[in-house]
Amino acid sequence: MQELLLIAIGSALVNNVVLSQFLGLCPFLGVSKKVETSAGMGAAVIFVITLACIATNLIYSFVLVPLKLEYLQTIAFILVIAALVQFVEMFLKKNMVSLYESLGVYLPLITTNCAVLGVALTNVQKEYGFVKSVVNGIGISVGFTIAIVMLAGIREKIEHNDVPYNFQGSPIVLITSGLMAIAFFGFSGLI
Amino acid sequence: MNKYTERIYNGIVKENPTFVLMLGMCPTLAVTTSAINGLGMGLSTTAVLIFSNLIISALRNIIPDRVRIPAFIVIVASLVTMVQLLIQAYIPFLYDALGIYIPLIVVNCIILGRAESYASKNAPVPSAFDGIGMGLGFTVGLTLIGVFRELLGSGGFFGMTIIPEDFHISIFVLAPGAFFVLAMLTALQNKFKAPSATNGSVPASKLACGGDCMSCTGSACMANHDILETRQRQAEEEALAKKKAALAAKEAELKAATAKKDE
Repeated sequence: MQELLLIAIGSALVNNVVLSQFLGLCPFLGVSKKVETSAGMGAAVIFVITLACIATNLIYSFVLVPLKLEYLQTIAFILVIAALVQFVEMFLKKNMVSLYESLGVYLPLITTNCAVLGVALTNVQKEYGFVKSVVNGIGISVGFTIAIVMLAGIREKIEHNDVPYNFQGSPIVLITSGLMAIAFFGFSGLI
Repeated sequence: MNKYTERIYNGIVKENPTFVLMLGMCPTLAVTTSAINGLGMGLSTTAVLIFSNLIISALRNIIPDRVRIPAFIVIVASLVTMVQLLIQAYIPFLYDALGIYIPLIVVNCIILGRAESYASKNAPVPSAFDGIGMGLGFTVGLTLIGVFRELLGSGGFFGMTIIPEDFHISIFVLAPGAFFVLAMLTALQNKFKAPSATNGSVPASKLACGGDCMSCTGSACMANHDILETRQRQAEEEALAKKKAALAAKEAELKAATAKKDE
């Protein structure tokens, strides 16, 4: 139990997926203009990454390992993730309309999000079992949500500030993310 | 300048993926802690890009349109797996340094972007040269950022220490430094009004989405084709309408002429 807690905190705060590993940077910079949309994106990412961890772990341990095809993991994972996202979208559209309306827009955006593939590959690399993989996935996606919601909050405040001309637009967003990354270094004492 | 050198010039200078198009930001920030890592990442991406462009272009008439994105992904993923195994076997120190970012070349939007916007519409040889140009442009970008960060952060140049340890600003080789370096780069581009995706002055892209990769979350790749199709359909419809209008005008003229004759 303690080990699982350490994995979750480690992946959510200490090794934050965006701020220290640079995975999923595109949605982090692109969909962080408003707190509301970024929270939606975060929720969709939690949903997809958790499912993707379950699916890729099962595929890896019950298909690739018995057939000694571990070297095909990249190809297998990316296809499983792409298919999974499509499937989830269709399932939600048909059976859970309210959830689809709140998450649906963000789902297709996640297929090529490198964080999803990144988590699946790290799970294999660190030789996590089923439960640890899922906990790691949840931790990483919660970390992503924390980071993107915080950045969106800061960006909403920046709107009203007098930013020098040359720093308007993406430079100030990048500097904000840099400062957030420094702040997240503080968590490294937690473990 | 012939067609092939033009492709290479286009990739390195005019549409440089790092400085102008701002593509593939995840590896750009993650692996540029030293110049040699940037160079290694750039060259691995170049290898994948050349062969993916070549194969996709050769298969462009065979792959059905509706499943082309999954087909492209499978081709790219196979190439990435090959490159990963080769690096693991022959350059182990690079494999350790780049780690998980080698398999993540699959989701680098430069590769799918070039497949979609160039290789799926052009012959194999120019597509391969497009891959060389774009790949070298990416390599140059990553190496320059790597040189800069290594020099400031650990006082070295390709591993040789130049600046004594007391003057190192170690934050530049850590994660926040990557953000600061990129922020400064984009701020300088704004200042000198250099073409860049971040200030909207990038040369008009052949991608239907406009090629604004900073705010793209990967969805544009899929939407790209639909937009192009609808545009083409609209153009065709417009041309048809114009033809009809011209025909109608001619008929009216003829009628008027015959009417005059009758009088």
